[in-house]
Amino acid sequence: MTPILDVRGLSKGFTMHHLGTAVSAFDEISFTLRAGEFLLLRGRNGAGKSTLLRTLYRSYLAAEGEINFHSTHGTIDLARAADVDIAYLRRTEIGFVTQFLTARPRVSAEALVAEPLRLSGVAAEEALERARQWLSAFGVKRDLWPAYPTTFSGGEQQKVNLARALILPQRLLLLDEPTASLDAGARRALITRLAELKAGGTAMIGVFHHPGDVATLIDREIDLTPDMGPQEEREDVAV
Amino acid sequence: MTLASLTRDWEPMAYGFLDASAKREIRRKTLKAIAVPGCQIPYASREVPMARGWGTGGLQVSCTLINPRTRIKVIDQGADDSVNAASIRRFLARVSGAPTTTDTLEADLIQSRHRVPEELLREDQILVLQVPNPEPLRPVQPNMSIARQMHADADYGRMWLQLYEQIVRSGRVMQGASYPSLVNGRHVMTPSPIPRWDVPKLNMSRHLTILSAGREKRLHVVPPFTRVEPLVFDDVPYRVEDHAGLTCTRSGAKGFFMNEIPQADGTSAYELSDSDLGAKTIRQSDGEPVEIGATWYRDGEMAQ
Amino acid sequence: MTPTLDAPRFVTTRPLLRAQGVTKSYGGVQALRDVSATVYPGEVLGIVGESGSGKSTFLRCLNLEETPDSGSYTLDLPDVQGNLFELDRYARRMLCATRIGIVYQNPHLGLLMSHSSSGNVAERLLVAGERRFAVLRDKAGAALDASEFPLDRMDAPPSELSGGMQQRVQLAKAIALEPALLLLDEPTTGLDVSVQALVLDTLKRLQRDRRITMVIVSHDLGVIRTLADRVMVMRRGEVVEAGLADQVFQDPQHAYAQQLVHAKL
Repeated sequence: MTPILDVRGLSKGFTMHHLGTAVSAFDEISFTLRAGEFLLLRGRNGAGKSTLLRTLYRSYLAAEGEINFHSTHGTIDLARAADVDIAYLRRTEIGFVTQFLTARPRVSAEALVAEPLRLSGVAAEEALERARQWLSAFGVKRDLWPAYPTTFSGGEQQKVNLARALILPQRLLLLDEPTASLDAGARRALITRLAELKAGGTAMIGVFHHPGDVATLIDREIDLTPDMGPQEEREDVAV
Repeated sequence: MTLASLTRDWEPMAYGFLDASAKREIRRKTLKAIAVPGCQIPYASREVPMARGWGTGGLQVSCTLINPRTRIKVIDQGADDSVNAASIRRFLARVSGAPTTTDTLEADLIQSRHRVPEELLREDQILVLQVPNPEPLRPVQPNMSIARQMHADADYGRMWLQLYEQIVRSGRVMQGASYPSLVNGRHVMTPSPIPRWDVPKLNMSRHLTILSAGREKRLHVVPPFTRVEPLVFDDVPYRVEDHAGLTCTRSGAKGFFMNEIPQADGTSAYELSDSDLGAKTIRQSDGEPVEIGATWYRDGEMAQ
Repeated sequence: MTPTLDAPRFVTTRPLLRAQGVTKSYGGVQALRDVSATVYPGEVLGIVGESGSGKSTFLRCLNLEETPDSGSYTLDLPDVQGNLFELDRYARRMLCATRIGIVYQNPHLGLLMSHSSSGNVAERLLVAGERRFAVLRDKAGAALDASEFPLDRMDAPPSELSGGMQQRVQLAKAIALEPALLLLDEPTTGLDVSVQALVLDTLKRLQRDRRITMVIVSHDLGVIRTLADRVMVMRRGEVVEAGLADQVFQDPQHAYAQQLVHAKL
């Protein structure tokens, strides 16, 4: 299967200038990921799972190492890529699913979910149709579709978030605790969709509070718990 | 060579009242103004035996241009016989020895307050208009220095904005007289408080028009065959006063700019504003061999 | 470690705006020191920093209101060439009036208070040469509508309007000619919090619907967070950090940037 991601010697640390401290999040991580593979990140709290995902997404800057991404346009090192290339890839090939919805005021749930399709050129009518199907699949009540998600409960917002994030198949999907605050039905819908995308070739890296939920999808695991030294709880860096 | 041969006899007054250096300056400034149509050119406005605000600017230009053969006509709101017009005409005749006339067709130099005669002016005639306020931007920008910079930058957005606001508020442009006009496609001028009726006469005219403000110490010029375009929106056409259908009660002339005379019974009678045209019309209908020239307006419409 | 990023590889569109090496001092004070910025079409660049950081000065340079002591500024637009800092007065004025929109913090700077709101917008169109009254009315109305300004008040003068409404008139004026670039200097500062949210919302929708390129200066990180794709942090005339918005907010590298971000969290 085609290689999607080739991470070599990736290290990340944080330098808190005002405290005069430097902490290491993870060190010398290397792995490859192919199309349709699901990689689970394990490790106890503070081990750097979220940090690794964010570093891959470029929300954090790597200290050392390479993140070679095999895009449809060629191979590029995400750690060093120009901001505008990263912005482009985030729009087209790399998705990041969190437990928080960036709701925009006065944009309806169905418009939010349809947007990735619209941006990729799908006609408005069709995009809206498909968006509604997904809202339904994730169990969002019909009368909420034209409503503004800023008024929804946490669980409902998360369903909209997932529908939007997963509606357009990506090349690489990063998942950061997406099942938090989901009811059983929505969780099932999520797993089903992930399985679908996986079968379609999307490579996935996920952090799950209950890995059991995605047991059927996992191909490999990486445990980030460092083998030596006391661990620092780093609540102040993982946002 | 003797002192006597080098000097002239003492005279109480220079020819044409203004001294030679004053006239030289006005000539030079006038030539400059001709070279930049519509642009206000400052000049050192001299004292003349008339109060500011009564036509001192026009008078200075007339004194400069006059020579013993210049035939002078002076009108005030179209009338040769108004007190001010008569005074100015007498003064000009006295300081120059030049002949005077009331006939537009005969005049070489016409000094006018607030009107352009109805009969077509020729390339050998000069029209001098008296201007109270030469700065069209004043309502929009009272600061003179900034206004000058705006003219230099052709920054007339605020002018247009004023016209826009007038249409929004009143449904039409409220400007009666002194309609701001674009000269030669470059400078916006105020054509002095001539009525809207008269502004099209300046466009591509054969004659030279000098507009002079004595109190404000500036003059500007519309040279012959120069475009003068009142600022109008493409879809809100320029409208002149509604005088096309009016008849002069004294002379019977129709379709020219009229003075309105309210009657005792509440109605209005109308008289030709161009009083000499009125007089000629009456004399002609009395059988005298009077020549009435071609006019800009025919049957109440501006002939193209 | 702040990695030196590679040049763009996948994105082949040219940047819309390139400012390089912009330096300016007033008297003895160095207001800007070698400031550079690149903005791609459709991007929103947020510039943050405290008072005295030079961010507003830089914006005024981008609006050609100020000329720096050195530096270059180019816009990739049809009929626009060369270093814009070297343009003559007239070219500068026309470029500014027709291709760049600006919203000031103080509405008195950007608006003619005694003219009507629609007149304020119409003036831009008039400067650009529009001479049809009906078109002026339509386009002014459309711009005010897009800025979510109530059309039944379009002829009210800004002096009669609230702060939030005045900003909307500024916005309408700025977008009336559909400029390639929109500059905003503290657009919501001084407004009530609830009004700020509404104005931000309007900006967000405009940005989404029209994909207009924006440079926003604000000391309010919340505003920048809502709107910016990329962020530049300035301090005492220098750029201390620049990168993708989420990266600068979540993982600032420079000591001052960290201070700024953490102080507001």
